[in-house]
Amino acid sequence: MFNKISSKLILVVSLTAVLIIGIYSYLNIKNQTAVLLSEVERHANQLSEMMKNSTEDLMMRNDREKIQLLIEKIGKDPTINSIRLLNKEGEIIYSSVKSDIGMMLDKKAESCFACHAENKPLEKLPINNRTRFFSLHSDSSKILGIINPIDNKPSCYQASCHAHSEKSTVLGVLDVTISLKEVEKQILHNEIQGIIFSLIAIISIGLIIGLTIKKYVDNPVKELVKATEQIAIGNLTYKVKELGKDELGELAKAFNEMSQKIDETNRQLFQSSKMASLGQLAAGVAHEINNPLTGVLTYSSYLLKRTNDNPQLQEDLNVIVRETLRSREIVKGLLDFARQSTPKKIPIDVNEIINRAISVVSNQLKINKISLEKNLSPNLPRIIADANQIQQVIINLIVNSIDAINNNGKIKISTSALNLPPKGIIHIKKAVCNKNHNLIDTQHKIGGKNSIKLKIKTATNEGFVNLDPIYGKDRHYFGLNIKHGDVLNISCPTCDSSLIDKNSKCPICGGPVYKITIPNQGFLEGCASFKVDWQRWSYIDQIGEIKFVEIVIEDTGCGIPPENLNKIFEPFFTTKGQKGTGLGLSVIWGIVDNHNGTINVHSEVGKGTSFTIRLPENGEILS
Amino acid sequence: MKNKFDILIIDDEKVVIDSIIKIASLANYSVDFSFDANEALTKLKQNEYDLIICDIMLPEKDGFQLLETIQNFNIETPVIMTTGYSTIDNAVKSLYLGAIDFIPKPFSIDEMQSLLARGLKYKSFLQQKRNTFSDGLVVSCPSRYFRLGVSCWANLNNDGTVLIGATNFFIKSIEPVNKIELLKNDDVLIQASPCAKLFSTEYVHNLNSSLSGRIIEVNKILIEKPEIIEKDPYFEGWLYRIIPQELEFEKQKLIPCGSDR
Repeated sequence: MFNKISSKLILVVSLTAVLIIGIYSYLNIKNQTAVLLSEVERHANQLSEMMKNSTEDLMMRNDREKIQLLIEKIGKDPTINSIRLLNKEGEIIYSSVKSDIGMMLDKKAESCFACHAENKPLEKLPINNRTRFFSLHSDSSKILGIINPIDNKPSCYQASCHAHSEKSTVLGVLDVTISLKEVEKQILHNEIQGIIFSLIAIISIGLIIGLTIKKYVDNPVKELVKATEQIAIGNLTYKVKELGKDELGELAKAFNEMSQKIDETNRQLFQSSKMASLGQLAAGVAHEINNPLTGVLTYSSYLLKRTNDNPQLQEDLNVIVRETLRSREIVKGLLDFARQSTPKKIPIDVNEIINRAISVVSNQLKINKISLEKNLSPNLPRIIADANQIQQVIINLIVNSIDAINNNGKIKISTSALNLPPKGIIHIKKAVCNKNHNLIDTQHKIGGKNSIKLKIKTATNEGFVNLDPIYGKDRHYFGLNIKHGDVLNISCPTCDSSLIDKNSKCPICGGPVYKITIPNQGFLEGCASFKVDWQRWSYIDQIGEIKFVEIVIEDTGCGIPPENLNKIFEPFFTTKGQKGTGLGLSVIWGIVDNHNGTINVHSEVGKGTSFTIRLPENGEILS
Repeated sequence: MKNKFDILIIDDEKVVIDSIIKIASLANYSVDFSFDANEALTKLKQNEYDLIICDIMLPEKDGFQLLETIQNFNIETPVIMTTGYSTIDNAVKSLYLGAIDFIPKPFSIDEMQSLLARGLKYKSFLQQKRNTFSDGLVVSCPSRYFRLGVSCWANLNNDGTVLIGATNFFIKSIEPVNKIELLKNDDVLIQASPCAKLFSTEYVHNLNSSLSGRIIEVNKILIEKPEIIEKDPYFEGWLYRIIPQELEFEKQKLIPCGSDR
């Protein structure tokens, strides 16, 4: 239990609270007690002095009766333990307790001790030393005693009674003792109150801290641990929920970004390895299958030629030849996929291509009772593209829609022309340093495309950064931890020559700027501190907006569940079971990408799916 | 004493060799075969062949290496390349390295028969050429032309279009041309892939295009008067005018006809 951060924090905070509140309470109580006692002491001194003064007159007149009465009267006060008046020899002359009268007190008695501690009695007792605290028994409450020496004065030895000689300095002692029972009660009460307050304070601090830590530390940490475990078991799509704006919230956000990046990289890796293995597989399959097919085709055609006299046999052989030729076409298709040849691009009219594609599938539409709505813009620019490939894309998407609809439904195909700014669209395919070293990194892909690899140096560290190859996008990958702003240098990973342009400054943050050569297409500049995502590519900016043709194919089919949406462009992914090869959409993706276009899918289960393809008017300027 | 065969087949698959032997037997050609390149080279030194059919994917030394070795040794026997991994790259590379043709597997009997007939004719031209010491029989293409392999020429015009046609070698090897089947306007040619069918008395011959591009003009006269291609293969007998698509790239694999002289 004490392994948890929250427990440790609570423990430490509580101990600190106990310590501070404990010391505070102790000092507080001690202080209060001292104040109370000094108050009692002052009060007692006052009382004693008052007694002395009020009896003085009676002494002068030697009215012993009245003195005794006065002492008894005052002595009745419950806080006063006793009032005694001793003479020089230690004999009790007057006392509030009558039985004590006449008793002789030893010099070592409490009342005499202050003056008679030394062999020679003190002539003068300072006021501070007149009081003393003592207990009669160890278990009884404390008592405050005040001795007030009665000094000899001329009026005393000149009085008519001549009781005192002129030579004595002290005539006697007024001894008042006051019970501290009430005061002690008060002190105890204060002490209990202090302790109760401290306990309440400690407990409530503990609780508040505990709850706060649980809410702001414990739960988020638990969530993060859970997320880490999910990532560890391979669930890369797991997202930490929003954890606020504090450091843990930041951590959660960074964590999500990290897992997303891992997921993306993973998927790309998966995709490219799938593609690579598919290519090898196709080549292998083609080679392996085509040889036996050669045998089958030759022998069956040979027999066909030799059996002109046997129509029955000829019929059967024809089936073999026909099916073998079909197998040949299938293998050829597989090879075409594996090769993904460079498109043969010419200016094409997309609407015409769509019409051609529709005529190919019109029969299937009729059979499945699917109505097709066309909304083709008459003002489309011609785009430079491979007509056959684009037609293949359209046919595949329509066939997919037919499969998704199954029976009775609608497919809508629309085209439109649109202009988009180059930022966020243009793919940087070539980049070199000042010494013409290639900066394109084919190993690390961002958004499925080769990234631009630069060497980066900070005050404390050195590593690589992979820039997003899409102009204006900032999905950069940092191979080391940089705090925005602490980048010292950016250089070519091959020759280490600096790519920082000393003559310009980032127009947004004023920091340094990196400048990368794009062969034949000017320079790409960007904020080198990565504080802001500023980039400038004058060559492309001057082209201005780029014309695109947008093709949208919508259907009212069964839709694609969200968990499948990001997998549909992967090769071999299929929901059609035996019916599909799982190659269709991945081929489409490859074709669109080859044309420097984009394809996006939007789908709602039960309602339908729409694919949006954007093809640039001239993809060449983008490559 | 050297043995003499019409055809040497080099392929690591018995069934392919058997198939070609079967097809060759229809025309009574004599056939020898070998399963790998080294054995084939030994046989080429020992025996005499009029035509070689060579697979590309062979164990150890592959078909391309063998083809280069044959060229380096000045062995005049024409070579036809074949492979189960039939990509455009493989086809173009074969023709560039000196093969007279390329045939993807699996091939039909008709395709292989026409190719064998043409290949063997080709050898006889070489012999005639050597014996007569004259260029009279087979006319080489004009020196500003380019060719892919020996069958198809390309004439690059200043206006950016390219004329495509068949060489005199190709036509001579299939004479007489009775009929020509051509593609249409706007169809797309792909380098080293069939672009026209020429019908001789016995066979149908595929001509592989020298370049990729979109057809903007078809020489329709040839459909009515196919004999023009025999008389004037380099001027009147052109096949297509195209807008090339990957000219700069594809041109690298073309051979300038001027280098033939």
